[in-house]
Amino acid sequence: MESKDISDTARPQDSLEGVAVAVSEHKGCGASGGSGKAGCGSSMAPEDMAQGVWEKVKNHPCYSEEAHHHYARMHVAVAPACNIQCNYCNRKYDCANESRPGVVSERLTPEQAARKTLAVASAIPQMTVLGIAGPGDPLANPEKTFKTFELIAREAPDIKLCLSTNGLALPDYVDRIKDLNVDHVTITINMVDLEVGARIYPWIYYRHKRYTGREAAQILHERQMQGLEMLTERGILCKVNSVMIPGINDQHLVDVNKAVKSRGAFLHNIMPLISAPEHGTVFGLNGQRGPTAQELKALQDRCEGQMNMMRHCRQCRADAVGLLGEDRSAEFTTEKVMEMALSYDGAARRAYQATVEDQRQEKAAAKGAWLEGLRERQSDIAILVAVATKGEGRVNEHFGHAKEFQIYEAGAGGAKFVGHRRVDLYCQGGYGEEDALPTIIRALNDCTAVLVAKIGGCPRASLKEAGIEPVDSCAHEFIDAAVLAYYKGYVDRVEKGEITHALKGDAAIRQGAYVAA
Amino acid sequence: MPYKIIGSQCTACSACEPECPNNAIREKDGTYIIKPEKCTECIGYFDDPQCVAVCPVENTCVIDTSVARYQA
Ligand code: SF4
Ligand code: SF4
Ligand code: SF4
Repeated sequence: MESKDISDTARPQDSLEGVAVAVSEHKGCGASGGSGKAGCGSSMAPEDMAQGVWEKVKNHPCYSEEAHHHYARMHVAVAPACNIQCNYCNRKYDCANESRPGVVSERLTPEQAARKTLAVASAIPQMTVLGIAGPGDPLANPEKTFKTFELIAREAPDIKLCLSTNGLALPDYVDRIKDLNVDHVTITINMVDLEVGARIYPWIYYRHKRYTGREAAQILHERQMQGLEMLTERGILCKVNSVMIPGINDQHLVDVNKAVKSRGAFLHNIMPLISAPEHGTVFGLNGQRGPTAQELKALQDRCEGQMNMMRHCRQCRADAVGLLGEDRSAEFTTEKVMEMALSYDGAARRAYQATVEDQRQEKAAAKGAWLEGLRERQSDIAILVAVATKGEGRVNEHFGHAKEFQIYEAGAGGAKFVGHRRVDLYCQGGYGEEDALPTIIRALNDCTAVLVAKIGGCPRASLKEAGIEPVDSCAHEFIDAAVLAYYKGYVDRVEKGEITHALKGDAAIRQGAYVAA
Repeated sequence: MPYKIIGSQCTACSACEPECPNNAIREKDGTYIIKPEKCTECIGYFDDPQCVAVCPVENTCVIDTSVARYQA
């Protein structure tokens, strides 16, 4: 494979053999109608997305579920100040909800941030997106944020720029955002109803004044909607993030979904509230719980008909570096970055990315074969299957080493990625930690099987006992192919009466921000 | 009387620094401080002291009763 030519610039585990699952698995195709939908080829946009939008998002690791296996993004923490207070956030600590580290985490000046970005881009050619998401609100720190973007745009114009904001200051900066060619903006919108807003936001700071209660919610709401409309008018892609808070805004997020879709948001990412007393947040301290996996999925399903839902968001930290699901920030601390010799090679990066593209297309073409024989099945059985993977779209992770499992829904229409579950590492330092196993089983409780590269005898027995079938016969196969093969076998066994199909229960969402160990 | 910042509570988020109309706030050793001789309690500029209004930690920007009031 051509990947050999570029392997010296890539990490060894980044071997490109077998990259993509299939391009038709990107958001909107895989997620909006099952991957059995025809006409969802590699160069075509999903039917509910304009071609121009698709061109912009197809390589964005946050926005395209398929691309996040292959392209990486990084965030730099240059924006410590914030202009609102959220009840799920304690600004002293790393925030588990908004993708940002706490204000006490390492903070960078714009110059340091630009240098770090170039260092990472040189070392990781698949790094295509630079985001600013915190630790506070990027637009409450406009000078630092825009200075960082300017420096990076000058040195590395091929890197896409994006920022995440609560929206309060957004209308004031839309033109600046446009001028700097920032083409992805994420707004966190948790409500369109002021009563709901008053329960989430204790106060905002706006035009030299602190507002509370409904008044605060009203200003924030109006500014968010105005900002979103202004971005849409100027052709800047806008994604909306919402934190699902059971009993406060869970049902209401369906209205939020309608409101943001009608104003042109191209993607809606509903994230579970992450809440524990030790986070020191209002919600953590007053016992507000987060949603279960089933509640989250049900809400995402309800909103799915309306627009593209993003289910692979890992709520990673704002100083994260790497492919989604892994974090290499420790290799790029300020100290190390300042000592690195920098050589930014745009041509090498383009060559690498072209190779990835070829292979993504190839795998997309192979996809049809996996679906063969499924259609005439006419089975209305649908099951969830957990997969242990380290990337490249393959079942290639050992059960004991998995930090998270990807969850696929398999049915007669095909296999569809519906989310991921973070788990505590079962295997710490080579031996199985008995305590971690029940946590994993709770996290996978709604799954019929778990596909892994390898699994030990002890967890195998416990999983079986819990009604989750461990499968290691499909090691290193493509995830879609493996899930569908398992599904076909499962339906066969049910039809022959060897097993009975049973509905599974709910599963737990692990509390704590994603920080790869 | 000027305002002061309780250093042990300050998260060093920097939000107050650009809001002060008198440039009285700056960073010092990982926390933010108010120069008492520069602070006017925002009188003449805003209805509320800006450092108090923007600070994410309650009771961190407080009146410093040990220092005499600013004299114009
Ligand atoms: S938190 Fe992570 S997954 Fe979510 S949008 Fe940001 S980078 Fe993407
Ligand atoms: S009260 Fe006003 S003048 Fe005094 S430090 Fe705070 S912001 Fe500055
Ligand atoms: S706003 Fe408050 S927490 Fe932030 S730097 Fe100023 S005093 Fe410290």
